[in-house]
Amino acid sequence: MTATLDQPTQRRPVTGAVLELRSVSRVHGQGPTAVHALREVSLVVRPGELVAVMGPSGSGKSTLLTLAGGLDPPTSGEVYVQGQALSRMSAADVARLRRRSLGYVFQDLNLIPTLTAVENVMLPLELDGVRTAAARRAALASMTQVDVEGLADRFPGQLSGGQQQRVAIARALVGDRRLVLADEPTGALDSDTGEAVLQVLRARVDTGAAGLLVTHEARHAAWADRVVFVRDGVIVDTTGVPAEPEQLLEGPTC
Amino acid sequence: MSIRQGLLALLAQQPMYGAQLRVEFERRTGGTWPLNVGQVYTTLSRLDRDGLVEAAGGSDEEGRIAYRLTAAGREAVGRWWLTPVDRSDHPRDELAIKLALAVTVQDVDVPAVVQAQRTQSLRGLQDLTRLKQRATTEDDLAWLLVLEHLVFTAEAEVRWLDHVESRLLRRARTAPASCTPLDAPARQVTR
Repeated sequence: MTATLDQPTQRRPVTGAVLELRSVSRVHGQGPTAVHALREVSLVVRPGELVAVMGPSGSGKSTLLTLAGGLDPPTSGEVYVQGQALSRMSAADVARLRRRSLGYVFQDLNLIPTLTAVENVMLPLELDGVRTAAARRAALASMTQVDVEGLADRFPGQLSGGQQQRVAIARALVGDRRLVLADEPTGALDSDTGEAVLQVLRARVDTGAAGLLVTHEARHAAWADRVVFVRDGVIVDTTGVPAEPEQLLEGPTC
Repeated sequence: MSIRQGLLALLAQQPMYGAQLRVEFERRTGGTWPLNVGQVYTTLSRLDRDGLVEAAGGSDEEGRIAYRLTAAGREAVGRWWLTPVDRSDHPRDELAIKLALAVTVQDVDVPAVVQAQRTQSLRGLQDLTRLKQRATTEDDLAWLLVLEHLVFTAEAEVRWLDHVESRLLRRARTAPASCTPLDAPARQVTR
């Protein structure tokens, strides 16, 4: 991280990108035992674009997602969210950005067992100072999108795995999320329910959000506009020819 | 699937003439297996010869003859629905052959072969998924099922490629690369 701070980035972030990873590396540990989880990865996600990241376990795909969400800083390189370099923001500002603009769907759902389903969905808004009544309205609207509004007052322990997953999706999409990050969001769901989750994610992206989806299932990755393949911390291939961003990075300083 | 069985299945619903059969077949399979009308008429005349269909009456003003199933035809359709599809007569899979050769021929970058195929398969899957999204909206169940079959087949190929890759990696870690000697005993695959 210090390397990034010491060497001001020479180029501006890609115009209009919701998420940009620029030459991002993440090393865990030091010396001969250091693990290079990501090596100089660059990736741009624009509004209305869903990008899937595929790779075997340990390839770095989940690390990529945690860096994109500002949950962990890169060892070198820069992460821009809505044109802002995360390394130059205060911790409080990154936290605010996460609460307001980012939605996460984790592999483990992280629902709080002592809160009802709707309270779980309201949580990111309430933490951000939205009043209870408004937060509840927004939460119910988000739950309606994934057909779980009828379960609003149940506790996570009273819901099936698939219902919990939908509640977690509703929480990730509540309010005005510009960037949705999903790590195996269909894990543990049967084929049909898993697909319903992707439909919701796709629909949100189609209304202008940007999405980054980590999955090892080809059938799910296929919902994305572009699939990137990660091996040993490096992007080795991609299905799509996204607009110019990747080439832009190689181009002259703008 | 043979055209023969497909036409019999359609005629089980109602008598139809050739052009109608062609349209119905394509409509229900989303145009995945286009037929030409010549194929349809050739097949109909063979089915007639074999006693499975018969003319449902004289020709109409445009000279078209509608066909219907005979009792033997109805029986054949009933048997067909309940007979599992035999996959063993499918042509050899070029991809399987290519990879089998790739791992035994020196200086082939097998991971690159696998990745090139995987990327291509994913592109195909993306196309199918887009078609599927449209089909879901239009609530066209027959077409949706055909698409999903193609989706699952493509997915199986990608999963197999993932498996090939991890097997190669494991092999590379445990033993130095070696080619199968040319005189190694051949194995027969029975399906």
